[in-house]
Amino acid sequence: MSFWVMFRLLTYREGKKMSKQQQHWEKTRMLLFVTLAIWFVFSIGIFFFGAEMEASSIRPLGYPLSYYMTCQGSLGIFVILIFWFANRQEKIDEEFGYTEREDD
Amino acid sequence: MFKGKFIDNLPKIYGTYTGGFIVFIILMAIAEQAGMSAKLIGIFFVAFTVLIYALIGYLSRTMQTDAYYVAGRQVPTVFNGMATAADWMSGASFVAMAGGIYFKGYGYMALLVGWTGGYVLVASLLAPYLRKFGCYTVPDFIGTRYGGNMARLSAVIVLTVASFTYVTAQINATGTIASVALDIPFEIAVYVGLASILMCSMLGGMRAVTWTQVAQYIVLIIAYLLPVFWISNKMGAGVFPHFMLADEVARIAELEAQFGLGEVKNSAADLKQVPKGLAGITKAHSEVNTTPWKFISLAVCMMAGTASLPHVMMRYFTTPSVKAARRSVGWSLFFIFLLYSSAPMLATLSKLSLMDPNLATGIIGKSITEVQAIDWYQNWNQANLMFVSDFNGNGTLELNEFFMGGKAVVLATPEIAGLPYVISGLVAAGGMAAAMSTADGLVLAISNALSHDIYYKMINPRAETAKRLIVARVLLVLIGFAGATIAALEIQGILGSVIWAFDFAMSGLFFPLVLGVWWKRANAQGAVAGMLGGLIAGSAYLIAVRSGYPGFWGVTQLTFGIVGSLVSLVLMVVVSLMTKAPDAATQRMVDEVRIPSGKAILGKQH
Repeated sequence: MSFWVMFRLLTYREGKKMSKQQQHWEKTRMLLFVTLAIWFVFSIGIFFFGAEMEASSIRPLGYPLSYYMTCQGSLGIFVILIFWFANRQEKIDEEFGYTEREDD
Repeated sequence: MFKGKFIDNLPKIYGTYTGGFIVFIILMAIAEQAGMSAKLIGIFFVAFTVLIYALIGYLSRTMQTDAYYVAGRQVPTVFNGMATAADWMSGASFVAMAGGIYFKGYGYMALLVGWTGGYVLVASLLAPYLRKFGCYTVPDFIGTRYGGNMARLSAVIVLTVASFTYVTAQINATGTIASVALDIPFEIAVYVGLASILMCSMLGGMRAVTWTQVAQYIVLIIAYLLPVFWISNKMGAGVFPHFMLADEVARIAELEAQFGLGEVKNSAADLKQVPKGLAGITKAHSEVNTTPWKFISLAVCMMAGTASLPHVMMRYFTTPSVKAARRSVGWSLFFIFLLYSSAPMLATLSKLSLMDPNLATGIIGKSITEVQAIDWYQNWNQANLMFVSDFNGNGTLELNEFFMGGKAVVLATPEIAGLPYVISGLVAAGGMAAAMSTADGLVLAISNALSHDIYYKMINPRAETAKRLIVARVLLVLIGFAGATIAALEIQGILGSVIWAFDFAMSGLFFPLVLGVWWKRANAQGAVAGMLGGLIAGSAYLIAVRSGYPGFWGVTQLTFGIVGSLVSLVLMVVVSLMTKAPDAATQRMVDEVRIPSGKAILGKQH
């Protein structure tokens, strides 16, 4: 998935003059890219190094790092990541005046 | 007591409900002290909670399409989070997950990571955009975005295959719990479970399911967390187990070495004596015991599957706004996190209480006759969930001579740790809530797709509201019965079917959904090729592997979604590029979906 995003980002041709909506989408897409990059690290990336994590001297709350990440670490990071993402996206929508009216 | 609008009173209503449930638990505890039998307590717990759900289902009855399909789009963020968590956490999460961790350790945790990480994809790639679209069902989005009945029909096919695989497992779980708690045969219990599920969903559709799911979440989370905290405190392991079990994890590793884990292999003849479905401890508790690719491929499948399962996605159609849909995903994952982060702790406590000779409950190293005389051993041995046998004839119970069923970790640990029976009754009610809430969501997802997308959109677009909703309910009952009938056959274990459902959903729907929002060039031909091609490729791979084909890239029958979704992606891109680009109206529609403000693509009533 993220390869596709990267591909799209790399091949994106920046127009001379972007409309308000294009700029909004550009920022939204950048946010998606950052969010998926963090997601990739904690859902896939670190598990390439299971054995290294286990041997690591970093032991959160005393648990082996590999054990901790699968039990709490990655899970908790996902929760925080989604709220962070939602906040950032709301800011972007506000900036371009795309916030919903309450009665929508 | 509750003045004003129902929605404004939600915190009060569910606060009262939670208080009432706690009072009920206390009353049961008093009744137990007064001599009420364990069996009667179990019946009270399951019957009382199921009746409450049925009452909520009845009170939420409706004859309006937008209430029936999307709960009137007024479910507040946090409550939708709770409902999604209940919708999501099935009998498998509640009953089987801690057991899986107990037996398989690190390798199994890929499911934990996958089943939570998927929500990041839901929040960032799909949920807000589908909410903006204003659809009633997932095929509704596919059908409108790509245009044409073929795309709509393909989406319905994938949805039905994935959700139906899933729902049989859930009805099976409700049947198992009902049969144990109410002490009736499984074949009948399955239909008792089905009747409870239908009572919650038939009269009020999504609206009824939403409000029962919130009630079910409250029951299941209390039922899961209370024993974990209680056992941890009773064992002196820590007041707050999640942060304080490091010593216990280390102690298990120490005991594993002391008891010679994996040194003695049981002979095939010995293993024949062990009842089907029970397993011994063969994997280290906290060691990294699998290859990175095995772990990652399973996690990837569960994550992509999460983002493609329609019963989850449709929960985000019920929020009042796009912004609320996005935040609601965060709350969903938070409520799921509460249970998922507790499962490994329960597995740790359970294992330690059985293994540690310093604890009164430890059985490894004791004499076989002594263990066989323990009350709880006899109970769970009778229920076919525990077994010991003196393979080496030395009279003591060795680590390799003790066998347990995966469900026992959740169901039996309270009793082993010496908690009062009222807790076991509570756990049964929690398991029932978990299985019922998921089954409700799934049955509704299938019947809504058939009634809205097939009947209304394709067969009879002029049908009146009343007729549409009657068709929807008839289909709901039919799907339920079909599911129960297959569940009664017990073809595949609960967890196996659940994992397959994720792979099916991922094979057929992941890329068509994601590219529908993120790639304007995607067209109907590409989407149809992607959905059907992905589903067929995934299924073919599954069948091939099941019939002895060794497979490639280390893709197993649990991760066949990788093959399916890759085929789906390639077909979708290639076929889209080979055929005509979507027309200007469709392109404008995609632009419109990408901004939160403005009107929904599909009107309020459609």
